[in-house]
Amino acid sequence: MENPKILSLNALSKRFGSVVANDAVSLDLHRGEVLALLGENGAGKTTLMNMLFGHYLPDSGSVEVLQDGVMTPLQLGHPQAALAAGIGMVHQHFTLALNLTTFDNVVLGSEPLFSWRRNRAAARAKLLAIMEQSGLVAPLDTPVGQLSVGERQRVEILKALYRDARILVLDEPTAVLTPQEADTLFENVATMTQNGLAVIFISHKLREVLAFSNRIAVLRHGQKVGEIATKDADERVIARMMVGADTPVTARETMSPGTPMLTLKDVSVQGQSKRDSLSRASFSVHSHEILGIAGVSGNGQSALAGLVSGLMRPDRGTVSVGGTEISRPNPLTMITAGVGRIPEDRHHDGIVGAMTVAENMVIERLNDADIQTRGLLNRDAIQANADRLTKDYDVRGPGSDAAARLLSGGNIQKLILARVFDQTPRLILANQPTRGLDMGAAAEVGRRLLEARKRGAGVLLISEDLDEILGLADRIMVIHDGQLSELTTRDREEIGLSMAGEHA
Amino acid sequence: MDILQILLTDSFWAASLRIATPLIFGVLGALICEKSGVLNLGIEGIFAAGAMAGWMAVWLGAGLWGGLLAAALVGAFFGLIHAILTVPLGLSQHVSGLGVTLFATSVSYFIYRTALPNVTSPPRIESFQALDIAGLSDLPFIGPVLFQQTAMTWLALLMVVLVWYVLERTALGVAIKAVGDNPDSVDAQGLSVYSLRIGAVMAGSALMALGGAFLTMSAFDAFFFGMVNGRGWVCIALVIFASWRPGKALLGALLFGAFDAFQVRLQTEVGALVPGQVFLMAPYILSILALVIAARGADYPRALLTPWFKGQR
Ligand SMILES: Nc1ncnc2c1ncn2[C@@H]1O[C@H](COP(=O)(O)OP(=O)(O)OP(=O)(O)O)[C@@H](O)[C@H]1O
Ligand SMILES: [Mg+2]
Repeated sequence: MENPKILSLNALSKRFGSVVANDAVSLDLHRGEVLALLGENGAGKTTLMNMLFGHYLPDSGSVEVLQDGVMTPLQLGHPQAALAAGIGMVHQHFTLALNLTTFDNVVLGSEPLFSWRRNRAAARAKLLAIMEQSGLVAPLDTPVGQLSVGERQRVEILKALYRDARILVLDEPTAVLTPQEADTLFENVATMTQNGLAVIFISHKLREVLAFSNRIAVLRHGQKVGEIATKDADERVIARMMVGADTPVTARETMSPGTPMLTLKDVSVQGQSKRDSLSRASFSVHSHEILGIAGVSGNGQSALAGLVSGLMRPDRGTVSVGGTEISRPNPLTMITAGVGRIPEDRHHDGIVGAMTVAENMVIERLNDADIQTRGLLNRDAIQANADRLTKDYDVRGPGSDAAARLLSGGNIQKLILARVFDQTPRLILANQPTRGLDMGAAAEVGRRLLEARKRGAGVLLISEDLDEILGLADRIMVIHDGQLSELTTRDREEIGLSMAGEHA
Repeated sequence: MDILQILLTDSFWAASLRIATPLIFGVLGALICEKSGVLNLGIEGIFAAGAMAGWMAVWLGAGLWGGLLAAALVGAFFGLIHAILTVPLGLSQHVSGLGVTLFATSVSYFIYRTALPNVTSPPRIESFQALDIAGLSDLPFIGPVLFQQTAMTWLALLMVVLVWYVLERTALGVAIKAVGDNPDSVDAQGLSVYSLRIGAVMAGSALMALGGAFLTMSAFDAFFFGMVNGRGWVCIALVIFASWRPGKALLGALLFGAFDAFQVRLQTEVGALVPGQVFLMAPYILSILALVIAARGADYPRALLTPWFKGQR
């Protein structure tokens, strides 16, 4: 397999304030190779790649790229230099201008800025050829804002390929994709590596790491703790390397459901598009029960979540929490009725990024007597609350008085969990709660949900991840095209078919 | 004369276009700044600075086109101040903009007073005259409306086309729209967010200053204190009305010009019955109404007002 080395990262280090995000990390990459970069949330994976691509300037260390047969040092801190050296990066969060078309997003930055004319025809031809070759297709002349998440992901990769990337970095490319889309993506990647492309990809999904990579490198607390050929690895080995210990598995005790905590009666919502519409949904979630809603995203999950979190109103039918009908649902009535909400998009809907971690932890209960007296915030109480929660829920980052947006994705989720579970809600809405989380953090979410169930809460778990639903849910419903249907089977195959809308 | 008849006179339409001219410059300027994600409330002061600089340059003998160049440069300079404060330093765009307005206005008055300490009546310059295009200017109706305007009106119309062309047809325009929507998209493609925004704010401010220069070099031929009189603020509102589109910006400016021209004529008609202030108010009230209607569906540049810093998440 010994293909020539085309990239080496030499002892890269980066600190943010007191956080050591990367501590002398070195890494090699060979032509045609797929290297998986693993590590817990906040381990420093994105930071490392951001230094490679020039978004962050390393505190120390260097990068060398093979150019014309020799390893040449890369100018650090300039994306322009990385692009010119053939490095392309697909970021963890999309970097697309939604008001521009696919075509414009892709060619942005590759044309001379000060020219009266654009050579659109040539650019189009090149892009179409790349689409043909890589199998990644997206509508060229549609504004990116109108594309689905899967399509946007393809546009991101096309951007890199269009710049003739020889080294492609994919930072959690499948976090927002359905399993089918993810498989297609990796098939495309496999084709491209045959033509010599080298790929570094970051993922928390061990299944795809084991299936599609050649080599695995693991980061822990900013340090590289190991490297292993994929053929020698299995889930246990990797998990050990990542966490430094085996992850405990929480067993699900059998429990008999109690009184209904959430009841939807014949509820319909007509949203702006199909993805936020729901038609005539009726079901209950009981105390001591987890109801799993399986389905491919974009089939009405956002309408269901919107209803339960109070962001949407039913066009018909009624929503009751704990047996009381909610006549004017809004976020406040839902929170006071005892609904705890774990939103799907934790960055946008879960936190206020510019406010501190401590403030975000009390943001849903600013009217509580211990938080404020006569309109004035009680800073000490807020700080004490934050200290307690960061400890209990192991929220790691630059500290509780830092802006919440500085936390890594996994730690943002822990912040939200802390806020929600600490209020001992009667009903918990968990919408894609483990998306983008590492195994340890995902297990933690599962453990907390089971704990809440034991305490007597009802849980509505919306997820695309079948393993998660099968592992946690007492009852399973499938959502497809805005229609909910209860399943009696727990057979993967059959659930998969109903998710695709084919009633067995 | 009856209200409808006002609308049929060529002088009414000629006046509308004339009143609209500085606004066209101003709206286009504000539009470019905002497309890149920076609100420029310095506009009111930059108008004053452009008016003063253009006039002073001509008065010192630079010639009319030299005057325009001077105005544009001064505008770009104040744009640079605003851009440095708001783009790399990321200060509040509102505060910085208002500061630039105060600064540019008072500096202009100060320079004018220092240069001419003892004048009682402001000195006049030889301003832009109505173009007389053989044949066209004598056409009935169209002639006086379109072809007896000054070169600056034509320059304004040309700028509409130019700004539209740059935004819609060039790589630079694509980059400006991208940086106003999501700066990360530009950064990830190896372009500089800072340069694009600073450049756009400077170019937009230069256009605003030309709007000001129209006042002293075409509408009048001298500089007065308070002559900008809120025109800059009107432009800020018109950008929203125009939904950040150059064509609609022209339409908005013309609409406002027409309201204003109409108001003046109506005042002479029924001025005895209603207090004059009501008429002065009318264009503003109508533009607020137009704004309320148009702004509902307006799609703001997503990154407007949001500072961006390299190497931060
Ligand atoms: N721009 C920044 N400013 C301050 N702290 C930062 C910044 N970027 C990253 N960090 C911190 O550095 C650490 C590593 O973050 P990084 O995003 O690299 O983790 P990650 O391994 O990609 O995690 P995830 O799996 O959640 O994406 C975290 O503690 C994070 O809070
Ligand atoms: Mg990351």
